[in-house]
Amino acid sequence: MQVHKYDVVIVGAGGAGMRAAIESGQRARTAVLTKLYPTRSHTGAAQGGMCAALANVEEDNWEWHTFDTVKGGDYLVDQDAAEVMAKEAIDAVLDLEKMGLPFNRTPEGRIDQRRFGGHTRDHGKAPVRRACYAADRTGHMILQTLYQNCVKHNVEFYNEYYVLDLLVVEEDAVREDGTAYKQKRVAGVVSYDLATGELHVFQAKSVVFASGGAGKVFKTTSNAHTLTGDGMGIAFRRGIPLEDMEFFQFHPTGLAGLGILLTEGARGEGAILRNSEGERFMERYAPTIKDLAPRDIVARAMANEVREGRGCGPHKDYVLLDLTHLEPAHIEAKLPDITEFARTYLGVEPFTEPVPVFPTAHYAMGGIPTNIQTQVLQDNDTVIPGLFAAGEVACVSVHGSNRLGTNSLLDINVFGKRAGVAAAEYSKTADYVELPEDPENRVRGLLGGLLESNGSERVAQIRKELQDTMDANMQVFRTKESLERVLSDIASFEERYKNVTVQDKGKRFNLDLLEAVELGFLLELAKVMTVGALHREESRGGHYREDFPDRDDEKFMKHSMAYQDSSASTEHVAGIRLETKPVIFTRYEPMERKY
Amino acid sequence: MSTSTAEPASKVELPASAGGGGEIPSFDITLRVRRYNPEVSEEAHWDDFTLTMYGTDRVLDALHKVKWEHDGSLSFRRSCAHGICGSDAMRINGRNRLACKTLLKDLDTSKPITVEPIKGLPVEKDLIVDMEPFFQSYREVMPFLIPGGHEPTKERLQTIEDRARFDDTTKCILCAACTSSCPVFWTDGQYFGPAAIVNAHRFIFDSRDDAGDMRLEILNDKEGVWRCRTTFNCSEACPRGIQITQAIAEVKQAILSRNI
Ligand SMILES: Cc1cc2nc3c(=O)[nH]c(=O)nc-3n(C[C@H](O)[C@H](O)[C@H](O)COP(=O)(O)OP(=O)(O)OC[C@H]3O[C@@H](n4cnc5c(N)ncnc54)[C@H](O)[C@@H]3O)c2cc1C
Ligand code: SF4
Ligand code: FES
Repeated sequence: MQVHKYDVVIVGAGGAGMRAAIESGQRARTAVLTKLYPTRSHTGAAQGGMCAALANVEEDNWEWHTFDTVKGGDYLVDQDAAEVMAKEAIDAVLDLEKMGLPFNRTPEGRIDQRRFGGHTRDHGKAPVRRACYAADRTGHMILQTLYQNCVKHNVEFYNEYYVLDLLVVEEDAVREDGTAYKQKRVAGVVSYDLATGELHVFQAKSVVFASGGAGKVFKTTSNAHTLTGDGMGIAFRRGIPLEDMEFFQFHPTGLAGLGILLTEGARGEGAILRNSEGERFMERYAPTIKDLAPRDIVARAMANEVREGRGCGPHKDYVLLDLTHLEPAHIEAKLPDITEFARTYLGVEPFTEPVPVFPTAHYAMGGIPTNIQTQVLQDNDTVIPGLFAAGEVACVSVHGSNRLGTNSLLDINVFGKRAGVAAAEYSKTADYVELPEDPENRVRGLLGGLLESNGSERVAQIRKELQDTMDANMQVFRTKESLERVLSDIASFEERYKNVTVQDKGKRFNLDLLEAVELGFLLELAKVMTVGALHREESRGGHYREDFPDRDDEKFMKHSMAYQDSSASTEHVAGIRLETKPVIFTRYEPMERKY
Repeated sequence: MSTSTAEPASKVELPASAGGGGEIPSFDITLRVRRYNPEVSEEAHWDDFTLTMYGTDRVLDALHKVKWEHDGSLSFRRSCAHGICGSDAMRINGRNRLACKTLLKDLDTSKPITVEPIKGLPVEKDLIVDMEPFFQSYREVMPFLIPGGHEPTKERLQTIEDRARFDDTTKCILCAACTSSCPVFWTDGQYFGPAAIVNAHRFIFDSRDDAGDMRLEILNDKEGVWRCRTTFNCSEACPRGIQITQAIAEVKQAILSRNI
């Protein structure tokens, strides 16, 4: 058994993980474990921008930003967290600039800012320029800049190490009110070295999960092949709850059929959506801010146009993003990458032809629950000492039921930094938790089972069928029937998964084996998401139930908390216990969300 | 509020062609992949796969089809699938490209399409190479901002022109397509290679940076810019369209014109 000892272990080297590493690495002995080379992380795909009320180009302040975040999230946002994020946004952007990030500039040489959906001046009066950006490769520049600074600070990376288990021990403890409970504590993680197939145990005082999203539960997605929700799956299997998993964001403008994203920045620069009749249909759905309405509203409007027969193309299954009235030189300067995507992947020339687009699965609002110090919760109030989470894997919750554009690059920087500081500080005060006996046991069992199976089922086939049913039944329109269909499909996939075969039996770079492991996470998470969606008999933000089209604050102004529990069942699904957690309100009373 | 910027029309006549053509055509290809797995044999060999593919498919789709339907042991790296993460540079019909950005229909499908690992880096398995030497050179050029003066409370100012000066080289995704297409790098693995020079350029020409001289000194080394023989392979290979040869020329010029 190969055991490494660090003060802090960070799982993931995207924006959140590396932002944490820069802080932690300067304070404590830190290792970053990542299944991809750091610069391959999907933060690099983010295009549009990162928002902060710098007020460089027009009046703005963090309170307006907080309000927009809360309203955009349909009031399911924890308002203390949103306030922290909006306040710390300003330093987060300035930190990046000081680290070298080449932001676009104003004529005065300040960081330039542009409009993005849902960001407004004075509580919804008009769109505001709040998104800081570097052309349409803001995420690329964030990822590069953070990596550069990790190089500068000699951060220790273990590249192509897949973390597959979290080591937690449980101790008997007593609450203040005298009730007994099991307190979880973190001892480390178990990882699989892709190059050699060897298992490595990392013992650590602090563990930070920063492993990103889970978009691959869907077929049409802007997410990378590698975004399979590993961190969420690992935590769930260790009895840690997952919060608000039913809320998944569908970004309006994915390239039709492919899901590759065209940033909302395009609409920020003036592009508009049209149906087959050439109508600017957003005028009907959001008369005030039209094409810049929050993503869930635009995505549903698009899907509705298609449903009502006003879609374009041979199958009338998409709408069009029209940039043809915009100045080509301006677009080339502000949005060079996305025009190239349209050309390369669809053969469409965006300066003269409108681009086929359709909603694409984009962002997991839910995840591992944390407080604003990024400490992971084992239930509504109990912190797990030494365990932290930040970025898309986590749920603080700053995005509530719908994330505003540019708030995620912000989230990863603000809470990534907080996690890095907190993890390092904690490691200075804490002792190592003793490793459990045979710590690799679970992972060895998981991998051994997959390698030895001689079944006839193929990983890719099951994954495809899972993604198909999720797209058909769990996307922007949901009903009791559609969700029950997903659950019965998943039940059959789980049976078939037991008979899955891995062809590659070797030890070197066995990605065949890891795709099988990842499919296990996807199945588990898809189930949790769908159970949550079935239980939530209301419509809010990214979650839209056609059979319950209204928001129901009385019954559902609550976060959902899903636990793995073999003795429970929810919505007739065995093994999942669904509880709720109160939303934190500070300044804003829920109002109807109109744009 | 200003009224000079007119709202786009609520309704327009769409051109008949709007939204692209009809059904996507399918065709058959032969994918010829260089295989190597030292667990099985020290010898590399070629495997042919005949596949039915579609007009919008890329080489990455073909590789996935092999892995997911025919031979699960075929190994290659990939993540984003749209040319942004730099995972899947490989030699496709003898040229370095990203598999996820190379449309099959743009290749000659009447002949087998050959796919090999990029050259000059040790092959680990099939299309996977050891990237460590590549990142080692990258790290040696000090690829991070080293600002001078004291830290301002707000952002450092930079004019639009100064920001534009190094825009091209900020696009690099560290895919190694350039470095591994360079004949000098193939024969001399110590040569920094174009990608490291591109990333040095990105800082040398950043008006906020103060360590240009140190980087120029590093690149003035015998394994530095002077090894470049201006064969342009790198510029042709770059999936981000970076003018690499020009960037290298600018670095050479800067070395010559500085006075130490
Ligand atoms: C196309 C696209 C455009 C976007 N545009 C914007 C935008 O303009 N503005 C905005 O605010 N947001 C945007 N977003 C959202 C935002 O980019 C992401 O939510 C954010 O970058 C996630 O960062 P992260 O650090 O949490 O995860 P990631 O960057 O995805 O990193 C995850 C890391 O975890 C590692 N990892 C995963 N599993 C394991 C494992 N089992 N073991 C070890 N390591 C593991 C990976 O190797 C990787 O390093 C966009 C998203 C997409 C997909
Ligand atoms: S310069 Fe171009 S080819 Fe070279 S590593 Fe960067 S992106 Fe790849
Ligand atoms: S898979 Fe990311 S660049 Fe090709």
